[in-house]
Amino acid sequence: MATDSGHGADVAGGGHAFDPMHQFEIQRILPLNIGGLDVSFTNSALFMVIIVVLVTLFTAASMGSRALVPGRMQSMAELSYEFVANMIRENAGTEGMKFFPFVFTLFMFILFANMLGMIPYAFTVTSHIIVTFVLALVVFVGVTIVGFAKHGIGFLKLFAPAGAPIVLMPLLIVIELISYLTRPVSLSVRLFANMLAGHTMLKVFASFVVMLGFVGGWLPLAAMVAFTGLEFLVAFLQAYVFAILTCIYLNDALHMH
Amino acid sequence: MEAEAAKFIGAGIACIALAGAGLGIGTIFGNYLSAALRNPSAAQSQFPNLLLGFALAEATGLFGLVVALILLFVV
Repeated sequence: MATDSGHGADVAGGGHAFDPMHQFEIQRILPLNIGGLDVSFTNSALFMVIIVVLVTLFTAASMGSRALVPGRMQSMAELSYEFVANMIRENAGTEGMKFFPFVFTLFMFILFANMLGMIPYAFTVTSHIIVTFVLALVVFVGVTIVGFAKHGIGFLKLFAPAGAPIVLMPLLIVIELISYLTRPVSLSVRLFANMLAGHTMLKVFASFVVMLGFVGGWLPLAAMVAFTGLEFLVAFLQAYVFAILTCIYLNDALHMH
Repeated sequence: MEAEAAKFIGAGIACIALAGAGLGIGTIFGNYLSAALRNPSAAQSQFPNLLLGFALAEATGLFGLVVALILLFVV
């Protein structure tokens, strides 16, 4: 996953002092080359490891005591469990709870990736389209397999809406097919573009503060504070949207509209 | 016209997508507010849908941004 180098490096336009794209550059920490394939341990991979460790610590350590009356950390873990469980029950029915571990992992990973990216000098894993596209592709392929496993060949009826006039069928099937196949693209681009645009905007406004100096820099600084708050909202919202759309797609596969 | 100039003009035109995103987000929040003031007791239950709609509408504007970035840095 961490093989694409120069994703952001090509974007950087020379030695600009306030290059807003510099933060997305992938750097090799531990160069590795197996059979001509670049599998270096990069800063992107490092942050993925940090995210997984943090999520594991957050859930495992906080539930260690298993107190009947939860403490602070335990209530946070229970809160996140309830949040995702309710999301699945409302959007995919109780049948969807079979897929709770998957959706919970997806949600926590994206949430922690987005939130860690908000720390200055941290790397935002989800700001690279290859990462989000693989996540979306796993959802897409998984949902398709679930649909065929549950309904057999009848799953293809998803593309032919019931009750539509027969004359319109050829057109409708094409439209439904295209909208189904673009799901991984829209799912991944939404997350990636939000992260990329947000972090670029923060960097551009931060450079305004430096450029205007002590006299005029206060106005963009105030805007920066507001935008940072907005970015935290977006970071949570995009993880939520990714998870809820996964639930909606699962509902399609389980219940056929 | 130079190819470089056409690239910048194209990137600028791609930003018109923001108008659609603005319209969409405004419609969602405006309609949510007016509905919430008519029936405040139902407002809380529809809040997740509000966030979902907001994110979906915002994403369309960001697709325009992606087109602009591709024009500027990739093509």
